[in-house]
Amino acid sequence: MSHPSAQPHSAGHPAAADAFVANEPRAHWHDKALWFIREKRDRAAASLPEWETLRDRAAQIKAHTIANLPHYLEEFEANAQRMGVKVHWAADAKEHNKIVLGILQQHNAKKVVKSKSMLTEECHLNPFLEQHGIEVVDTDLGERIVQLREEPPSHIVLPAIHLKKQDVGDTFATHLGTTPGADDPQYLTEAARGHLREKFVAADVGITGVNFAVAETGGIVVCTNEGNADLGVALPSVHIACMGIEKLLPRAADLAVFVRLLARSATGQPITTYTSHFHGPRPGCELHIVMVDNGRSDIRASDDFRRSLNCIRCGACMNTCPVYRRSGGHSYGSTVPGPIGSILSPAMEPEKHKSLPFACSLCGSCTDVCPVKIDLHHQLLTFRRELALKNLIPLSKRVSMKLLSFVLSRTWLFAVGGKVMRWVMPKLPRFMVYNRMNAWGKQRELPPMPPQSFRELYAIRKHMVNKPNGEASSHSTKGAA
Amino acid sequence: MKVGLFIPCYVDQLYPDVAMATVEVLERFGVHADFPTAQTCCGQPMANSGCTGDTRPLAEAFLRIFSGYDYVVCPSGSCVSMVRHHYEEYFHNNPTFEALKARTFELCEFLVDVLKIKSVAGKFPHKVGLHQSCHGLRELHLGPPTELMNKGTPNKVKQLLAELDGIEFTSLQRPDECCGFGGTFAVAEEAVSCMMGQDRLADHQQAGTHVLTAADMSCLMHLEGLLRRQGKDVAVMHVAQILAGREPQFASQRGGTSS
Repeated sequence: MSHPSAQPHSAGHPAAADAFVANEPRAHWHDKALWFIREKRDRAAASLPEWETLRDRAAQIKAHTIANLPHYLEEFEANAQRMGVKVHWAADAKEHNKIVLGILQQHNAKKVVKSKSMLTEECHLNPFLEQHGIEVVDTDLGERIVQLREEPPSHIVLPAIHLKKQDVGDTFATHLGTTPGADDPQYLTEAARGHLREKFVAADVGITGVNFAVAETGGIVVCTNEGNADLGVALPSVHIACMGIEKLLPRAADLAVFVRLLARSATGQPITTYTSHFHGPRPGCELHIVMVDNGRSDIRASDDFRRSLNCIRCGACMNTCPVYRRSGGHSYGSTVPGPIGSILSPAMEPEKHKSLPFACSLCGSCTDVCPVKIDLHHQLLTFRRELALKNLIPLSKRVSMKLLSFVLSRTWLFAVGGKVMRWVMPKLPRFMVYNRMNAWGKQRELPPMPPQSFRELYAIRKHMVNKPNGEASSHSTKGAA
Repeated sequence: MKVGLFIPCYVDQLYPDVAMATVEVLERFGVHADFPTAQTCCGQPMANSGCTGDTRPLAEAFLRIFSGYDYVVCPSGSCVSMVRHHYEEYFHNNPTFEALKARTFELCEFLVDVLKIKSVAGKFPHKVGLHQSCHGLRELHLGPPTELMNKGTPNKVKQLLAELDGIEFTSLQRPDECCGFGGTFAVAEEAVSCMMGQDRLADHQQAGTHVLTAADMSCLMHLEGLLRRQGKDVAVMHVAQILAGREPQFASQRGGTSS
């Protein structure tokens, strides 16, 4: 089988989505798999009477933290350093990768195990380290599967959700020597476990992401379901934790709000299986925390998009998104796909990701599932305006909207234009209406063309109502027009 | 009470009976609404394409045309949402607009919240599938969306229909998933848009829907387009048409599809 492209399709999201939808049984299977998780999320959220209060609280804490970010970053750095953590600051992805490589080279490390970190995906750390002769093994099962297949993750929480067990069986048969054709999940998981144990034991350094960093303690929290972050940092003497600067929370007590929201929103679990708190290095070991900006300060400066920094990477917006479910994560061509990715990615690289804010029907479901109340669909709409201002929307669209506005701004032209359309359309031979130019008509009929518009019928009706009883009009209102 | 009718552009031109049904429903409850003929469109197609500059003249026209009315009523949650949530950038802190915004209502919302109508008497002995149009549901809160856990808000659209004699609501597996219309999305992302529409229709089919209804004709235009292409015998009606006492038009009774 051919693998979904890792690179953004040259024609953007619509073309990639088209290819995904073309395999209809698979697209439906993908939709159902994610909808199942959305339903689990609904049940988990409904089990807490205070769910909506928690969302409000989380949004407030995040708004406060982002507003006072410099203060909390300094507080966090001081407290972390007090516990012996080495704190590094990276302005962008390049600097982040250089810092990580520097630490690895300093320890002569050749083998690295890494738990899930969307930040390191965003910075493309793996290929960078591999270029420098370092083996990086993703230890999250889903991530390991896509890594073996040389694909990017298609979802931030469920990296291999686009794959069926048969695909995993084929991948493992090729790379891990499992029996060809075997697709029993238990068998495959055990094979992966054996394979990963060898990697854990041999690792020189463990890299993890960070789910939350607490300013008042200097501690970090890493959440996983597989315990792979803990295993990865338990044996090596060096632990590198990579985090975006927006991961901060002011107080340890705030964790109570976020930990309750995270797993319920992500997978419908009450809590992630492992929620590990790291407060400084173990005796004789090193803990490095790399704090990365990579465009976050610019987003923070924007009144329109600041709230997108609330994101705790739960993936709920992807699971609920009717477009994501039917087009697959790879169709977005960005590290973070789905609704939140369609804001974050074009915010960093507008030209490359200009089709993403339009890969949305503006249904608003993402906004209502978001545990930190990011107004995702409003931000997507606002982003379309940003792209128009940057001249990044197609000329055809700009011209047609100008024309439409010209017609709609002139009532007579609108009325006459409508009349002509309704008169002409039914008289045209079918091939002139339904052809390659008409995307609407590929699978849908156009609406029937009625002989009269409402404004024509209304004028007749008004005339009729007023005629037999002139007094009746005194009850109705006089028009402002 | 001076009420201005705000009719979506495509309803005016393509679905005149939906607008006429709106007039009749309002008259049934003693409201004689006026249709100011200078109106055309709320500007949403341009705004949703990012071309907000092209929306401005229409937003300004809306203010000019409707500010003399006590209430503005529109049989579309989407167009009302446009006015309520997306005109801000054209009328920043404009008190005339703020006042008009507060008086602009979607039809079902107006009936329930302003006229305080609890339900509508009449007869509609059909299996009705209610499509929850997203903008009405999630922007105007016409009902409780499945995502939110504070289920306090009643469903205004359903409530108005519920007391009609013989009406039976079909039970959907996904009660409020988007139909995939989404304005220019329907064309720009044709494949996903149509798959979303097909999936909604499949859900209605398994539930046994005979009459498909919604408070937004745009969703129904998309779904009806799919139904007619496939020759499926499901009647499509705007909520206003049911409330005005219209009978469903089944393709089988008309003797085939019209085009």
